[in-house]
Amino acid sequence: MISRIEQDHSRFREIIRGKIRQNLRKYISRGDLIAPKGQGSVTIPMPQINIPRFVFGDNSGQGVGQGEGEAGDPIGGNPKDGQSGSGKSGEGEGAKALEVEVSLEELAEIMGEELGLPNIQRRGTQSLETKKDRYVGLRNTGPESLRSFKATFKRALRRQVAMGTYDPRRPVIVPIREDRRYRSWRTDPRPQSNAVIIYMMDVSGSMGDEQKEMVRIESFWIDTWLRSQYKGLESRYIIHDATARVVEREVFFRTRESGGTMISSAYKVCSELIDAEFNPEQWNIYAFHFSDGDNWSVDDTATCIGLLKNQLLPRLNQFGYGQVESPYGSGQFIKDLRAAFNKHPLLVTSEIKTKEDIMDSIREFLKGGR
Amino acid sequence: MSSLPSVLWDLQVEIKSYADEFGLDTFPVLFEPVDYRHMCEIAAYDGFPTRYPHWRFGMEYDHMLKSHTYGLSKIYELVINTNPCYAYLLEGNSLVDQKLVMSHVYGHCDFFKNNYFFSHTDRRMIDGMANNASRVRRYMDRHGVSTVESFIDVCLSLDNLIDPWLPFRDKKARRPPSGANDSASYASYGQPGEPEDPTESGRLHNVRGYLEGYINPPEFIAAQRAKKKQQDEIAKRKLPPAPDRDVLGFLMQHAPLDGWEADIVGILREESYYFLPQRQTKIMNEGWATYWHSKIMTTRALCDDEIIDYADAASGVTAMGPGQLNPYKLGVELYRHIEDRWNRGRFGKEWDNCTSLQERTHWDLKLGLGKEKLFEVRRMHNDVTFLDEFFTEDFCRDQKFFTFKENRRTGRLEIEGRSFAKIKAQMLQQLSNFGQPFIYVIDANYLNRGELLLGHRHEGVDLKADYARDTLRSLERVWRRPVSLLTILDDKAKRIRFDGSEISMSDEPHAFRV
Repeated sequence: MISRIEQDHSRFREIIRGKIRQNLRKYISRGDLIAPKGQGSVTIPMPQINIPRFVFGDNSGQGVGQGEGEAGDPIGGNPKDGQSGSGKSGEGEGAKALEVEVSLEELAEIMGEELGLPNIQRRGTQSLETKKDRYVGLRNTGPESLRSFKATFKRALRRQVAMGTYDPRRPVIVPIREDRRYRSWRTDPRPQSNAVIIYMMDVSGSMGDEQKEMVRIESFWIDTWLRSQYKGLESRYIIHDATARVVEREVFFRTRESGGTMISSAYKVCSELIDAEFNPEQWNIYAFHFSDGDNWSVDDTATCIGLLKNQLLPRLNQFGYGQVESPYGSGQFIKDLRAAFNKHPLLVTSEIKTKEDIMDSIREFLKGGR
Repeated sequence: MSSLPSVLWDLQVEIKSYADEFGLDTFPVLFEPVDYRHMCEIAAYDGFPTRYPHWRFGMEYDHMLKSHTYGLSKIYELVINTNPCYAYLLEGNSLVDQKLVMSHVYGHCDFFKNNYFFSHTDRRMIDGMANNASRVRRYMDRHGVSTVESFIDVCLSLDNLIDPWLPFRDKKARRPPSGANDSASYASYGQPGEPEDPTESGRLHNVRGYLEGYINPPEFIAAQRAKKKQQDEIAKRKLPPAPDRDVLGFLMQHAPLDGWEADIVGILREESYYFLPQRQTKIMNEGWATYWHSKIMTTRALCDDEIIDYADAASGVTAMGPGQLNPYKLGVELYRHIEDRWNRGRFGKEWDNCTSLQERTHWDLKLGLGKEKLFEVRRMHNDVTFLDEFFTEDFCRDQKFFTFKENRRTGRLEIEGRSFAKIKAQMLQQLSNFGQPFIYVIDANYLNRGELLLGHRHEGVDLKADYARDTLRSLERVWRRPVSLLTILDDKAKRIRFDGSEISMSDEPHAFRV
């Protein structure tokens, strides 16, 4: 029999899910609300779930305390969470801003339901599993080649100190058989990643912080969704202005360059990356490109279209182009793309004018189910 | 019948004998050891595992379980105000902890039984709660879980709008039940009637008998009486006749509710009144229990090898964080202070008038009235009267109280000063009306449009505005007509109104007063 509290608890979780669904647009457009919490889960603040009552508002921080101190001395702690600590006779009424923990899978599920996203039709090999050995600790036996010198030395030192044979003036340590320690390993089954997302972003002078923030938020949600669809998921990041290079995730979101924009440079690097690392027979490859749509020249745009047609699209599951609006960009590129690839099934374009549009843009990108 | 392991059973017998020895007068106590999950469950239900289903309890449970798992807090004990008194012990606590908890529980139980403010509570509430729960379940089966649950949400947002003095009003003066719902228990509480002396009505006050005919001519009296009668008529038609703090009760009786809805309002109101004394006597109740666990443990129950563990646990209970009042600490210190004062005769006119520091320091009449006084205090007072009466300047100074304030510039909390008057005023304000704002129903037919008008008696602190607006939404859901609240925001009298679709705010010429 399910206990009563479990019923109430699952009811509570249901309400939270409902609330998240209801406010998904807000959560999506304000990326800072969602904080990662360890592996595979996030915390989401949920102020609305408090029951409103007629209560006293901010007491302009007044109160009574007890202890040493002169007038003007600062005191630590927040008076508002004072009483809630005890909770003994069942009247805990602290003003807790509720933070709920949701796993990424659950979040993706909610997002899928709310956005009406279809499950992705995979291609290529179904998730392969590989085994990987990792050194995780020490043990008493093993091959000499794996002997841990440091740990062995420490054991020996400890033993000698304990036995009283250690002489500080002549610190000779002689390990005996029992002192020896060997590195030991564990074999972990690892899902072989069979999907990769290649993010490309224009970091030329016209892309401001706000534009990058939008890209960051959007990429978080795309990651979340694709991660729920594939067991292992890799990401690669390419930044470009007039030239392009592959960078780490942190660099991707922080870099700001000045100078012109040659989008073709990024597409070239992307194509090379696929050549080098990701065999389209085995990988599901997704590429997303974010830019303000201000390309250097018409010639370069033509090169881009050529690259997309011949090099990229045949190998990709999908190519997404997201155009954020910036005060400097002309926004011409998206029009050129649309003209060149009239309703090509693998090429999805979307315009992201404000943060509010992020949700629609995500839906646009992912609704194809590829 | 008890599931208590024999070790604990022996402990209980032992602790009970000490409690009896000290003169504690308790209900029979049933201890039950539970694991921490179960403890969190019971605590989430405010001690009543039989309560109605609602997601809020799940939320509390989630919260408690998490803070327990992360080691942020631990619920040692839980005791409820019933006869017999149920108390839950956390399984796996050390024996010295269990002893402490048992002594603590006997303190609470004595308080529940003897404090005047608990006298109106239903001591068989565990059954009451179960009955309420089964009614709520029945409504859920009939009307759908979400319908009922969202209505409970609405009522919960009003559950602090009750009148703490209602249970103590003179029984004879209670208003007869008019049109009360069968299942409703509103009739058991009521409003006082105004006694009236018919010969005095309409007369002007007159000290000189010979001027009676001049000051109060018959036609004048007649006119006055007619006027009064007219006013009474209006008052009689006015609902409520006088501003009423029992908003929940008023809504239950007068709001256009379906039978089940009225019943749910009644259930929440009943539980609210049941828990009220615990909110009114937090400091006294915890202080009393702490006083007794300390007394019993240190003078009787402790073994030599348990002293360190006991001291550790006990200091945790009375630990004082900066910028917060610990009711355990404040309560127990105040009781000890009172005991000491009455033992040494430090009370009464002579003591109050004595200004010589020397004499005051050595004042000892060896009266030994401390214990008697303590039991009297625990019977008669609630937190507000307790502090008002016994929070003296000496105590305030000895215990190093201070007021603190937020420094606007730095945003830090800083010690403001140690003025006794200010400290006391601040404390009493925090405690008055169990820490809740004073809200009255003023008029059920406001502007002759059937709108509901509430008033907030402003005592210096504004309402939390966004919560107030949302609460008005809940009220509108119950009243089904526009609802207004008179209050003061930033020193200006305001009326906040919710008409079912939008919130509006307008200025008012006068603030609401009673």
